[in-house]
Order: sequence, then C-alpha cells, then structure tokens
Amino acid sequence: MQTLDFQKMENIERSASRKRTFYRWLLFITLGIFALYYLAPLYVMIITSLKSMEEIRQGNLMTLPGEIIFDSWKTAWSGRDGIDAGNVFLRPFFWNSIKMVVPAVAISTFFGALNGYALTKWRFRGDNLVFLLFLFGCFIPYQAILLPMARTLGLLGISNSISGLVLVHTVYGLSFTTLFFRNYYISIPDEMIKAARIDGAGFFKIFFKVLLPISAPIIVVTVIWQFTGIWNDFLFGSSFSFGEAAPIQVALNNMVLTSTSVKEYNVDMAAAFIAGIPTLLVYVLAGKYFIRGLTAGSVKG
Amino acid sequence: MFYWLQKNLPKIVLGPSFVVILWFVYGFVLWTFYISLTKSKMLPRYEFWGFEQHFRLWSSPRWFNAVENLLIFTVLFVGICLLIGIILSILLDQKIRAEGFLRTVYLYPMALSFIVTGTAWKWMLNPSMGIEKLFTDWGFTDFTFDWLVNRDMSIYTIVIAAVWQSSGFVMALFLAGLRSIDDEIVKAAKIDGASLYSIYITIMLPMMRPVFMSSIVILLHISIKSYDLVIALTAGGPGISSDMPAVFMTQMAFHRSEIGLASASAVMMFLTVLAIVVPYLYSELRRQDANT
Amino acid sequence: MVFIIVNFVMEKKMYKQVLMLISGFLFAMGITLSPAMAGGEAEVLHWWTSGGEAKALQVLKDDFAKKGGTWKDMPVAGGGGDAANVTLKARIVAGDPPTASQIKGPTIQEYDDEGVVAPYHIHEVATAENWDSLLSPQVANHMKCDGFTKYCAAPVNIHRIDWFWANKKVLDAHGLKMPTSWDEFNAAASKLQAAGIIPFAHGGQPWQDATVFEAVLLGIGGNEFYQKAIVELDMDALGGSTMVKVFDQMRKLQGFTDKGMPGRDWNVATGMVMSGKAAFQIMGDWAKGEFSNAGLKPGIDFYCLPTPSNHGYLYNVDSFIFYGMEGKSKVDGQKMLASSIMGKNFQKIFNIYKGSIPARLDVPMDEFDMCAKGSASDLKYSAMTGGLLPSFAHGMALRNAQKGAIQDVITEHFNSNMSSHEAARNLAEAVKASL
Repeated sequence: MQTLDFQKMENIERSASRKRTFYRWLLFITLGIFALYYLAPLYVMIITSLKSMEEIRQGNLMTLPGEIIFDSWKTAWSGRDGIDAGNVFLRPFFWNSIKMVVPAVAISTFFGALNGYALTKWRFRGDNLVFLLFLFGCFIPYQAILLPMARTLGLLGISNSISGLVLVHTVYGLSFTTLFFRNYYISIPDEMIKAARIDGAGFFKIFFKVLLPISAPIIVVTVIWQFTGIWNDFLFGSSFSFGEAAPIQVALNNMVLTSTSVKEYNVDMAAAFIAGIPTLLVYVLAGKYFIRGLTAGSVKG
Repeated sequence: MFYWLQKNLPKIVLGPSFVVILWFVYGFVLWTFYISLTKSKMLPRYEFWGFEQHFRLWSSPRWFNAVENLLIFTVLFVGICLLIGIILSILLDQKIRAEGFLRTVYLYPMALSFIVTGTAWKWMLNPSMGIEKLFTDWGFTDFTFDWLVNRDMSIYTIVIAAVWQSSGFVMALFLAGLRSIDDEIVKAAKIDGASLYSIYITIMLPMMRPVFMSSIVILLHISIKSYDLVIALTAGGPGISSDMPAVFMTQMAFHRSEIGLASASAVMMFLTVLAIVVPYLYSELRRQDANT
Repeated sequence: MVFIIVNFVMEKKMYKQVLMLISGFLFAMGITLSPAMAGGEAEVLHWWTSGGEAKALQVLKDDFAKKGGTWKDMPVAGGGGDAANVTLKARIVAGDPPTASQIKGPTIQEYDDEGVVAPYHIHEVATAENWDSLLSPQVANHMKCDGFTKYCAAPVNIHRIDWFWANKKVLDAHGLKMPTSWDEFNAAASKLQAAGIIPFAHGGQPWQDATVFEAVLLGIGGNEFYQKAIVELDMDALGGSTMVKVFDQMRKLQGFTDKGMPGRDWNVATGMVMSGKAAFQIMGDWAKGEFSNAGLKPGIDFYCLPTPSNHGYLYNVDSFIFYGMEGKSKVDGQKMLASSIMGKNFQKIFNIYKGSIPARLDVPMDEFDMCAKGSASDLKYSAMTGGLLPSFAHGMALRNAQKGAIQDVITEHFNSNMSSHEAARNLAEAVKASL
C-alpha cells in the first residue's frame, strides 16, 4: 500500500518533470524563433558586407561568404584610394554626429531632469496642464514643422550649423526627457524632499544633493533614448546642415541612396553597419541598465 | 524679493523649457494651421484664403487612401507589438539563463535607424532577391512571398518591419513592469493553487495598466509619425497602395509645391493626436493625483 | 489656467534673457565652424553623388577652382532629388539659399514667382557671353526668369528620354529587329515572353512609370497630341479616346514586366537588359553609362534607338538655378560658376561622362559615342519639324502640382487593374483638381 502510493507519487513527479522539460524546450524554441526574426536583417547586413560583388550576384541573401573580404568596410569608412570624385565615405561625418549628439543629449537630459523635478516635487497650480503641454511635443510630426523651424534658425543665425541641430534636437527632446524624469520622480517619496527642506536645503540643493544621486537608472534610460533618437535622425540633419557639416546619417544616405551607377551592395551594407555601431554598442553595453531604469520608475507613469 | 524668488523658483526653472516648447511646438502648430488657410504653393505665403485647402484635402482620393492605410497600420502595429511584447516578456520572466543575451537581441532593432536597416529589409522582402528566392533555391518552388510588390499586401510588409523595430521595446517595458511587481503577490497566488498562466493573465497583467499606457502612447506616436519606414521599404507604392499621412504631407509640401494642402493634412494629424492622446493622458493624470 | 498664463507672461523678461544666453552659447559654437572665404564662393546643392555623374561634376569643381573660386559641396542624394528638395526649401525659408542648386524646367520660373531668384545676377554674364546665340531658343527660354526676359539659370546638358535600350544578342537569337512601331514591339515582346525572356525591364517607381508613359504617349498620340495633353493640359485630350489608347498600351507593357518590378531601381532594370535576362528598357540616356561601365558597345552589344514616334524628341535639360544673393563674394561666385557651366570644354567633358549631349550648340561631337551623335542629329531634325517636346516625367513640361497629379494617376493605373477609360477620366479630373 505504502509502496504503491510511493510509486504513484514518483510517477506523478516524473511526468511532471517530463512536462516541465517539455515546456522548457517549448519556451526555448519560441524564444529562439523570435531571436531569429530579430537577428535576420542584421545577419543579412553583416554577411553581405563581407562578400564580394561577384558572390552577391550569384548567391542568395543567406549564403555565407566563400571568402571573407573586409574591403567594403575600408571603402565605406575611408574611401577608395586614388578616386576622389563622388567618393563619399563616412569618417569625417562620424565626428560631426558626435559633436551634435553629445551636447544635445546632455542639455536635453539636464533640463528634462530639472523639469521633472519642478513638476513633481514643487507642485503648483496648473502643473499637470504644463506637463500635458510638454507631452504633446512628443507627437509632433517633424515634417510639419520643418519650415517654421528653418525660419527660426535663420533668424537666430544658426541655420546650416551643428549648433542649429543641437538646438532642434534639444527642443524636441525636452518633451521626452521631461516625461521620463517626471514619471521617475513621482515615484520617489515626498518625505525625502520634506526632510531635506526641514534641514534648510533649497530648490537646487535638494535637486543636486538628494535627487540626482538616486537618478542614475532614469538618466541611463533618457540618455539611451536621446542618443539613439538623435544619432539616427535624418530629417533634421539633411534639412539644417549640409556638405561638410552633415551628420553621419546624411552621409550614409548619400552613399546608399544615390540613384545612378552600379550599386555596390557590400559597401552599402558595411556603411550602414558602421553608422549603426555607436547605437548598437550603447544598447549592448547599457541594455541591462536600460531595463533596470525602466523598472525603476518610468513604467509607473 | 528673495522670498518671491524662492516661492517661484520652480516656475522660473521650468520657464525656459516652457517658453521653448510654446514656441517650437505650439507656435509652429499655429503657424501650420494658418498656412493651411492660405494659398501657399512652393513657399509659404501669408494672404488669407479660407478653408479651401481643407476642402481640397478631403476631396482628394489619395488622402483618404493614406488615412485608411494609417488606420490599418496603427491597429495591426499596436496590437501585434503589444502581443509579442507581452508574450516575450512573460517568457523571459521564467528565469532563463540566456536572458541578458536574448533581451539584447530583441531590443537592438530600436538602436538602428531605418536608413540603416531599410536596405536589408527591402532585400529580404523583395521577391526576386530575398526570402522568396531563398525558399525557391531550397527547392520550395511554389513558395511565394511577394507582399512588398503586391498592392493589396504592401501595407502589411510595413507592419512586419515596424513590429520588428518596436516590439522589443514593448517587451522591455513589460519586463520592467513584471519585475517591479511584488514577489509576495505571486507567492500568495501560488499558495492558493493558481496556475502560472492564470497568475499572469488575471493578476499580473491587470496590475500593469501604467505599462499599457506608456506602451500604447509610445507606439501610437511611432505609428502616426511613421515616415522613414514607408520611404525605405515601398516609398508609398506600388502605386499609392502603402501611402501614409506623413508621406502624403511631405510629398505635398516639398515635392508638389502644395504647402497649403500639406499644412491642412498636418493639421488633421495634429487633431487626431489631440483626440486620442489628450483625454487619455488627462484621465491618467487625474488618477495619479487621486492616488497621491 | 489663465492664472498660469498671466504668470508666465509677467515673468517673460527673465526667460528672454535665459533664452538669449542659451542661443548665444549655441551661436558661439556655430561661428567656430564656418570658415572664412576669399574671392568668389559657391555653395552648390546637387544630387550627383556617384559614378559618371560625380565624375562629371568634378570637372565643374576643378574648372571653378582654376578660376580662383571656392567650391562648397552640398550633396543630398536620394529619390532623384527628393531629399535635396526638402533641404533646399528649408534653406530658402531660413533666408539663406545656396549659391546654386540643381533645378530645372518650369520649377525655375516657379521659384522666380516666389520672389527668391531676383535680381538675376547671372544675366550680366549671359549677355556678355551671348548665351542667346549659344543655345537653342527652346532651351534658352527654360533658363529665363522675369517673364522669360532675364537669364537666371545655366544649362549643362540635354538628355533624351524616349530611348529604347535593348540587348542585341537576345534580339538576334530570336531573329528580331528593333521595333519601329508599338505594334511591332508588342509582337516582338510576346515572342520573347513565350521564349522565357522578360520582354520589358522596368522599375516600378512613380518617375519610371511616368518615363515610360510619356514615351508611349508621344508614340501613340503623336507630337501634337503630346503638346496638347501634356504641355497645354487640354481637358479633351487628357480624358479623350487617344488617351485611352495610350493607357491600353501601358497595360500591355505591364504584362511584359516581371514580378520583381515594384520599387526596383532603374539601374537594376538596366542590369537585367545587360545580362540578357530582359530584352528592352525605356529610360533616359543616363542608362548608357551602365552599359559602357560594363564595357558594352552600342550597336554591337546593345541598341540605343528612340522609341517609336513620328520624329518626336523628349528632352530633359539639367540646369543650375541661381538665387538672389547679397555680398560681393557670393555674387562673384555665382557669376564665375555660371560662366564655368557654359564653358565649351566643360560642356564637352561633362556630357561625355554623363551620357547626354551638350546644351551648347557649338560643341563638336567627334569624341561622343554613336548614341550621343544620333541624339544630337535627331534633336536638330525634331526642332525643325515640331517634334522637340519637353519631358513631363522629368519636370520639364509642368509645374510640380500638375506633374504630381498626372504621375499619381499613371502609377495607380500601371500598378492596378484600373481600366483605360477610368484612367483617362481620372487623369482629366486629377489635373483639374490640381490647377
């Protein structure tokens, strides 16, 4: 009797564990299939960039390169030797993008943090309305405001310059950064602020000494968001800066979308990949903090 | 004076950003609205003309087609992104060894611009070079996948690529949401004998109302603004079968010398955003206020 | 809410200072980036960024530099100038137009109507160099503003649009000759299709659809019909029975394309003809560059002959428009550039690279290939017989709104199963709505 029970128990347990293994496998297979879906374009880009044009014409888009060639990467980055006409390459434009992205991200993040702080910890009448007005900026279709923007930049004397682009990206970034910081700070107990106030700390002291030190997670989220958004922008870049001052996406576009001549798909793909490296790096390296930052607050909006 | 400064400091701090937003967002929206009431063609002109451009807009079949496409796209895009995002986040929440790697894989498309990935997607979706050719090469000679070049299906190819780009982000938001739920609640439910499935469906997901809100707002904003995507993949074609309002507007404003008409369409886009977002956000804000 | 707004207005003074501070800071950063210029300077917006076009443009850059000018390159590629259009408008609205930009056809006069081209600095150069005697009157007219009285743009070339490009080996293998009528073409295409060859290589992009359409319209409708329907926008012609026939032929052509057509770039389609996968393509003479880059010879490996028509010739003149400018070095730059563009040697070398023929009539054609020589002699004949007509697909015949409206209908018809009658009716309606 007892042994029977024991056996039954064991059977149940065994089937349960078999079931568990089955589900475990199912889980991994599902996750794996999704991973393939996400990785496919990247795979195509990388292997194509390593093939010769001959191989591209003959094979299909999944076949691995017979011989790995890095020439197209070199061409995309620093151009081809001995030809200067129409030889667009990415190196000089890479720095333009850096010069644009760093100040724009820094300024918009800083003001977003200040705004979020003022909106949540120093409530005043109509603060929600002000926040709503900020939020609407997230939804503006940028093509619609290109022309008045151009006029404004012209009046400020900063059309066709990196500074103009910094201003544009800062302005339209503010809506997002304010949103992120507001949603983060609203989950921080007001008691902390009250305590600091009783100790005699003022507006800025509380911000710099109390709030900023605990804002790391949301700063990471905001910086990632802004960095990718601004790095990847083409519309503003092509409208407000040209020639040698153009950011990398404009240069990439000039390389990839030229309407004439024989298309060098391998160089195109290599260039596209190079232009994507900084943002990819940010995601790969800071991805963990990204999720952590989201967990820390911004999803509680 | 000092007291006044002290009292109003928060507003003064908000001030620069607020003025900037007033000018660069609301000033420009007003400007656009005014231009939609003028006869502006190649460059903005300021003589008042009345609502003629709005009438022209709503009698243009191409505009209706763009609006219809936006509706189809938005419903599918938001729906599928939420579905995939939720499924992936729940699956990843099962304490998996490779979580960090998989998360990065699901998230990385957000990092790349469509100028970068568009070329690869166009290749893959093109019947004579991409997936269809791949399958025929493998011996499935009857396999067809020609959505990109099929006027009835082209809008769905845009959905595929758009979901690819954004669903990982939704996954991240939901994963973060799941992680921020107190373990005790789950443990209590487990002790009560609830299955994992019902714990997620009946207990955890309903708790993530704010995550739904953030996701929907972000997805809607992506879908209304979607431009790069369409241009990179189909440029609105074949014909105008995958045209969208943002594409329509850009075409009219910059390539057709119809700035007035373009502004009218931009005004419609603003109004749509207002109608969807403002009531929702406002109710959310009031709910929050009630909670605090 | 009112309270808040009042409050903000009261405090506005302070905000202004903060704003000034911020923009001042940004401005200071901007100044460090703009280098100083000496002599004539020219900032040129164009989309000739690769291959033969870039090589051709380099000739202009070198010539300009030789004259002591400073060239600031401003390339914005993509969509046959679509992206550049956005850039250009942003610059003009900002009150800071480029020295010159690649603009052609009636768009030149359209810009003049907006008041951004006056006071026509280059007219002085044009009179001094007597451009009127160097250009055909038709081309010269396109370059003039202020009621077609003053030069405001300089032409670089003349492209012919209505070309058939064909793979000679494929035709020979099937015992076919170049068709001299559309019926002959249809018969040949059916034969090729039966033999498993794609008869008609095409890229389904609106501008390519329109390119094919105008060649068909010129052939089936004739020169006068083209003038009436496309140039004068005569409603009866646009919606009439001849137009129905034109759309019928378009439908036949659609049947001769392959499935990969939509969205394909034109040069990919040219590649199909080169490799023998496809037999024919209708495309402007820039397609020649693809053939010659691959070492193929006209008359031996491929044919370049006009599409069937009654000595019609659809031209597309690339030109640079010169905007109103202030500042001596900029105006000097414009004058120098205009003069460089019209230089005899430049026009020769540029057009050999580009595949077109010089806009200047007095450039010797000896060094050009047989396609270009044919184009030049056809041009003279058509100009005498009234067949010299502006290409609508390439922005020579109409302003943007009408051009776009027509293009929409063509593309919609070519990519669907719309009937020819419906297409003709839609065409007339769309044009009416855009006027």
